[in-house]
Amino acid sequence: MKFYDKTAAELQEMIHSNEATISEITKQTIERINELDPKVDAFLAMNEEQAMADASEMDKAPMEQRGPLFGLPIGVKDNIMTEGLVTTASSRILEGFNPIYNATVVEKLRAAGMVIVGKLNMDEFAMGSSNENSYYKKTRNPWNLDYVPGGSSGGSTAAVAAGEVPFTLGSDTGGSIRQPAAFCGVVGMKPTYGRVSRFGLIAFASSLDQIGPVTRNVKDNALLLQAIAGHDEKDSTSADVEVPDFAAALTGDINGLRIGVPKEYFAEGVSESAKKAVYDALDVLKEKGATVEEISLPHSKYALATYYLLASSEASSNLSRFDGIRYGYRTNKASSLLDFYMNTRAEGFGDEVKRRIMLGTYALSSGYYDAYYKKAQKVRTLIKKDFDDAFENYDVIIAPTTPTPAFKIGEIIDDPLTMYANDILTIPVNLAGVPAISVPCGFEGDMPLGLQIIGNYFDEETVYRVADVFEKATDFHKITPQLWEGAAQ
Amino acid sequence: MAKMTKEEVIEVAHLARLAITDEEAIHFAEQLEAITNAMELLNELDTDNVEPTTHVLPMVNVLREDKAEAGLPRETVLKNVKEHEAGQVKVPTILE
Repeated sequence: MKFYDKTAAELQEMIHSNEATISEITKQTIERINELDPKVDAFLAMNEEQAMADASEMDKAPMEQRGPLFGLPIGVKDNIMTEGLVTTASSRILEGFNPIYNATVVEKLRAAGMVIVGKLNMDEFAMGSSNENSYYKKTRNPWNLDYVPGGSSGGSTAAVAAGEVPFTLGSDTGGSIRQPAAFCGVVGMKPTYGRVSRFGLIAFASSLDQIGPVTRNVKDNALLLQAIAGHDEKDSTSADVEVPDFAAALTGDINGLRIGVPKEYFAEGVSESAKKAVYDALDVLKEKGATVEEISLPHSKYALATYYLLASSEASSNLSRFDGIRYGYRTNKASSLLDFYMNTRAEGFGDEVKRRIMLGTYALSSGYYDAYYKKAQKVRTLIKKDFDDAFENYDVIIAPTTPTPAFKIGEIIDDPLTMYANDILTIPVNLAGVPAISVPCGFEGDMPLGLQIIGNYFDEETVYRVADVFEKATDFHKITPQLWEGAAQ
Repeated sequence: MAKMTKEEVIEVAHLARLAITDEEAIHFAEQLEAITNAMELLNELDTDNVEPTTHVLPMVNVLREDKAEAGLPRETVLKNVKEHEAGQVKVPTILE
């Protein structure tokens, strides 16, 4: 019996009809990770013993008390705090850090009865688009092990793409769920800013960060967002709004749906195959009753610069807490307190993190504050207004998730600006704060491409409905990497 | 086009409490110059009458009830401290 290719509903049916137990599913998941992960390198820490203990406890729960995700395995990105399970944000400065409390989303996963099997690799502090910025390991793309999985949630998307685990959590500050989801051919959702509590998420850029679900299909994604969404007193930026039934929104009906297609997202630098995959997807949606019109989001080209100024500024402030005193890495080369701080941080942070801390420090320093930081905040207003205006006339905005499919490991790591351009089509969404999903929509050669569906504030329901209609009308989500079947069961 | 010098990078690194060698400063100066030059694109836009956005949701002053709650136990809080003694965080000697 194999479990790794099943949906949540199929797994529940097997459990409820006594074809499988939670312990068996957990055990097989761990075995598959142990077999495949030496190739993929998605996991940083395994929670094997605790997961098996949790599973055996859950097997005793009465069937009627179990929700749709009860007993199912999940992996968690390493910037989300898990009590008793090492959490490093893939940074040396948090090597061996053992959280003393859970992130709110982790409490919610436990309340839903999910079994946490381990922690997933990422770019250090979520800064990067390739997973090459992890201090610990480079995660590989399951579709071709010479290619990056994307980032920063590359461990979360690679683990799902390889069939190591059916559910993971990632975080998305400028595309960090959607870009790797596109590169790995899986479904990744960045919810509306404030939809999910950030309490216990190691902060990168607080006004942009959002935790979201990664899965192999849209329905499971909706179920997982259901489990983690909601207002949290511990996060004063979480929104006190009603959480709808996301799975119930998958009605299959998009008749009369108005789709806006921003011409700026098909500009120079976007590959022909990425464009064609999206145009083909639009044809599918038109056939289902949607109308498609070209629109303009005129400030799109300013989003990248705006993002790097704001995100780096916020990061330089957030990361000032890492000083080696109360937790984390400590230098042993210091003759003064200043030396202690400076050496701890120089030895503890990687180059990309240092680059962004310095850029942020520069943008916030006196004499440059108005020219850089404040200017970027003003342009953010204009970018947000582009979306506000578009959503007056359209229900969703559709575009490619990334300009190109995944690139080779090592190909652009020394060229920060080219690396940053990977996120050019995902960044505006974070600046505006609206929700967006990436779903598989084709291939360039062997590598997957993603379709990005962007919704209005707190309207994840429409985003999911459109994604589900597309998924049901196409077979892209059923195609799996070669390595998928390579593992014996 | 703004020029980023090695000295400026050393100054910024100091503000950010990052030790940096001369060689690293030269390397970062080149990269940060390219990045800040790319950011100059924003100057094309007239933003004189535009309000800055610090936060995308219309929320202000989220307050909770002013009620004292117990913090975490000291033993728990000290769990990740590299060195501690008598419930205190131990740091290297910094005064002669």
